[in-house]
Parts: sequence; structure tokens; C-alpha cells
Amino acid sequence: MIIASDPLLSSDIGFSVVAVMLLKVVLAFALLMVSVMLVIWFERKIVADMHNRVGPSLAGPWGILQTLADGIKLFFKEDLLPERADRVVFRLAPYLSLVPAFLSFAIVPIGGDFTNGGDGTVSIFGHRTLLQVADPPVGILLFLALSSIAVYGVMLAGWSSGSKYPLLGSVRASAQMISYEAALGLSMATVFLSSGTLSTSGIVSGQATWNWNLVATGVIPFVIFVIAGTAELNRPPFDLVEAEQELVGGFHTEYSSIRFALFFLAEFMNMITMSAIAVTLFLGGPNGPILIKQIAWVWPILWFFLKVMAFLFTFVWLRATLPRLRYDQLMDLGWKLLIPASLGWFLLIASLNIGEDRGWSTFLVVPIGLVVLSLAALLLNGAIKKAKDSSLNAADLSEISEGMDQ
Amino acid sequence: MSYLKGFLVTFRQIFQKRVTTPYPEEKRAKPERLHGRHVLGRYEDGMEKCIGCELCAGVCPANCIYVRGADNPTDNPVSPGERYGFVYEINYLRCIHCDLCVEACPTGAITESKMFEFSFTNRNDAIYTREELLVDSESGKPKQLPWEDWREGEDLDTSGWLRATSPNGDASYEGQIAWSGDLGYGIRKAEIGQSDTKTPEEEQ
Repeated sequence: MIIASDPLLSSDIGFSVVAVMLLKVVLAFALLMVSVMLVIWFERKIVADMHNRVGPSLAGPWGILQTLADGIKLFFKEDLLPERADRVVFRLAPYLSLVPAFLSFAIVPIGGDFTNGGDGTVSIFGHRTLLQVADPPVGILLFLALSSIAVYGVMLAGWSSGSKYPLLGSVRASAQMISYEAALGLSMATVFLSSGTLSTSGIVSGQATWNWNLVATGVIPFVIFVIAGTAELNRPPFDLVEAEQELVGGFHTEYSSIRFALFFLAEFMNMITMSAIAVTLFLGGPNGPILIKQIAWVWPILWFFLKVMAFLFTFVWLRATLPRLRYDQLMDLGWKLLIPASLGWFLLIASLNIGEDRGWSTFLVVPIGLVVLSLAALLLNGAIKKAKDSSLNAADLSEISEGMDQ
Repeated sequence: MSYLKGFLVTFRQIFQKRVTTPYPEEKRAKPERLHGRHVLGRYEDGMEKCIGCELCAGVCPANCIYVRGADNPTDNPVSPGERYGFVYEINYLRCIHCDLCVEACPTGAITESKMFEFSFTNRNDAIYTREELLVDSESGKPKQLPWEDWREGEDLDTSGWLRATSPNGDASYEGQIAWSGDLGYGIRKAEIGQSDTKTPEEEQ
């Protein structure tokens, strides 16, 4: 059974259980919508601060309703369908990118006390339940699957627009997503190794005693996850998909009105979800000290919120600081650095785990593992260098033709 | 670790002071010699300064000024001279605010104020007529048209003081007042000369 590990569903399913479930779904939906609204405002405000500007300041106090104003404006604008567009796919694409963004948030536990042997459940109308919409045993795999589906939204949007810039954007999107999804998955795999479970609530309860996976997996997977996640989100400095200076708007050039708003919504929703997943995997999710016992249920939600905010701030900070990568740099970083590094680290963690099972000395396994890894890194580096040199020589046509003459 | 220096640069900006002014609500002080819309001045006795010589129209590179002079009525003269400008029109869709008309004017009748915040919505409004350009014969203030944005405390910005250049560029006349008094603002102070860096206020 796919949603079995939630205690809400282990008893008889009656009307009240369905009502609680519905309440959770509606709450998660509303939470995500409101937080997207606030995150867009937050990003614009922070990026304005970093540019020494004022940012949105007119709609509501501190411009906090700016997103609402933009949303209403977009809603009332004319919806254009390009003449050469593939009508069905063009209409479908925004939903392909929005729905996975919604669904992947369903598996994130946003609260609940996991410390001191707590199972992370809270009581809603007399029912014990986890503070997440669904807790499937495949957990994080669902997130990976959904984020792969979201690529189709971007790819088909560009493909169906019947225009060159969106097409270029979507080609870049699919290549980038494929490249970085591998590194993302491998860095997640190290977490699965150390947690021994795929379920998100399981991963969180495994980090209940300050033994966050950030330390347990040795920081490197976390760094790789953040970099690959930024690329996966098409956020700067990896925003080649919608590089304004080169591709007008990238895949959403031909989109207008509410369809464009849907893409925008999905983009920021993905940003929130990616931060939430990173918090769940590496930073202990909602785990944190319960400071005032009377309102114990508030603290996990607060810690979760603060951790996610730290990520969101980092994403904005990256955007304000780093220039966009060139396409070959993007591919180099993905294939020649992140994937080998995450794979190597995965092997190291795996050998540590096996070593524990077999009773090998950790002091022996770690140095040997590191030596093997650095040897492999040297070999890879040499191979890349050799390949680069030979391709440069091959490109030097004049030298080749001279050689042929002699 | 020098990659991380850049992050510090952007982070520091958060705590720095903003220079942005929330414009429509709040205005910044205008530069001393800003070229805004024209005004046609009057002498302190209320006589018009314009003598209808059409030099401004002749010098205008954008061809935006149209002037016709006429003989002063003998019983009720408009200007102290022989003739006066009885038609005076400036088309603000063409005007480039170069101030050549101000320099050409032999009587200092046409000058530019510091007001540039006017947005008319039809082509007829763009053509300012003589009545619209002339300052009031009582107060010496220009007429405020409905589409012009002047506010309380901007009276000095509306004055058409000659601000384009030093009076005649002749060093021996530096600091000497070479213009006649204006209705409303009286006789202006001498403007800063070409070799002098002190303002007239500092000299006093």
C-alpha cells in the first residue's frame, strides 16, 4: 500500500479520516500558493537590496502584495496562441510543469516532533497523522520521478511554440536537466545509504538527534545537491534555459497571460520544493530544539520554515552574485566534475557501510577509500586533459593540411 | 576561497543607504541650470519684454518657435519698444530645450524655467501660446496649465531666470549685472563668472 506509513490510514477509513486528508491537501495547496506569492516578493526585495535598489514598494506594506497585483494583471491579459504552435501540446505544457511542482511538495514533512522517540505525528481532530500530505515508502524516488516529468513541461513548451528561441531554450533545458539529474540522484543516493530508507518521514526521524545527514554523508553530497539542484531549477547562474540576453525568454517566449503565470508559479514552487527537499534530506527537516513546551507543535514548523528560508535566501544570493555560465562550462561542470565526484563519494560511503557490516576498521577504510578516489580523480583528470588536447589539435586544420602536403 | 569574495560584495549592499527617491511622491532638488519649459518675462512695471524681433524663431534648430511682431498700440503699449510679439507659440513636441532662443533674445524676454514635468495628451496642448507662456502681470509667476506638475514650494523652479551661460562671455564684465529686473523676482544676482568658483552668496 502506497500511503501506508501514515498512522492516519492504518485504521478504518471513515468520513472523518477523509475529511482530515482533504484538510491536509487543501492546507498544503494554500500554503504553497501563499508561500510562492511571498517568495516572489522576497526574491525581488532581496535582489533589489543586493543591487542597492528599493524593489517593489507600492502594493501593500513594503510591496508585499506585488505578486498578487502581477497575478491579477496577468490573469486579465490576452491569451495568445501562436499561429504555428502545436495547439494541444502548447496548452498542455504549463500544466505539465505546474502539477509535478505541486505534487512533489506532498511528500515533504513540514512539522511534527521527531525528537525523543517521537514519530513525528500530530493530532488533528483526534486523529494521529504526519504533517505531510503523503508518506509513500518510495518517498524521494517520487520526487525524482516528478522532477523528471517537469522537464517535459519545459521541453514541450519550447517544442510546441513553433518558434526558434523557445526551441533553443527547450533543447538546452532537456540537455541540462538530463546532465544534472544524474548528479542530483547520486548525491541523494548517499543519503539513502546512510539513512537506510527512502521514505521522507523515515529520513527525517533518522536525523532526530542532531545527527544531520549533512555531517553523516560528509558535506560533499550536500554541496553537489545544492549545485545540481540550482541547475535543475534553472536558477541563475544556470539559467541558460531562459537566458534573456540570448533567447528572449527561452522556453516561455511565446507564452502570455495566465499560461505564462503558470510557468512562473511552477518555477518558484519548484524552488520552494527543492529547498524543502534539501532541508529534509540534509538538514534534519523539522528537527530542532523544542523551546517552549506549551506550544510544542509550533517549533518543528518554525525550524523547518527557517531552514527553508536559508535556502531561498541562498538561491537569491546566487542570482545576485554570479554571472551565467557558458554552455560548455555548464556541461563540463555537470559531467566532468559533479557526476564523477558524487559517484566517487557514493562509493566511499558504500564501502564505509560495508566495512561496518563486516567489522573492518573505519580508520583503515577511510584512508584507503580516499587514496583510491584521488587516484581515480587523477586518472579522470588526465583523460579529460588528453581528450581536450587531441580535440584542439584536430581542430587545427592548417596543421593537418600541412602534414598531408609533406 | 576568493570565489566567495563576490558573495560578500553583494551581501554588503543590503545594509547600504539607498539613493532612490520615490519619484512621483517625492521630488529631488533640480540642478541649478536645468532647461525646462519657457516663460515669457515682464519688466517690473508689468510691461512685456518681448519686442517681436523673431530672433528666437530664427535661431531655433528644431523650428519649434513661431513669432509674429506687430506695432505697439500708441494709446496702450504692450512692450516698452516700438513693436511687441502679438503671436508667440512654442511647440513642445519639437522643442529640444537647447536654450539657443534664450541666448539669442536681445531683451531677455524668453527664458527657460526648471519645469519639465508636463505631459499633455493632445497635439494642440503641445503648442504653448503667448497667453500660456507669459508670466502673470501681477505676481510675475508663470501660468500653471492643468497637465503640468508643480507643487507647493516649487516657485523658484518656475522662475525663468537666465541660467544658460554667463552674460556675454567677456571677462571684463564678470560679476556685473547685465540684465534688467523681472516682475516677481526683481533684479537677479550676478551669476557666477567663468574664472570664479565662488557663488554670489559666498562673495557677500
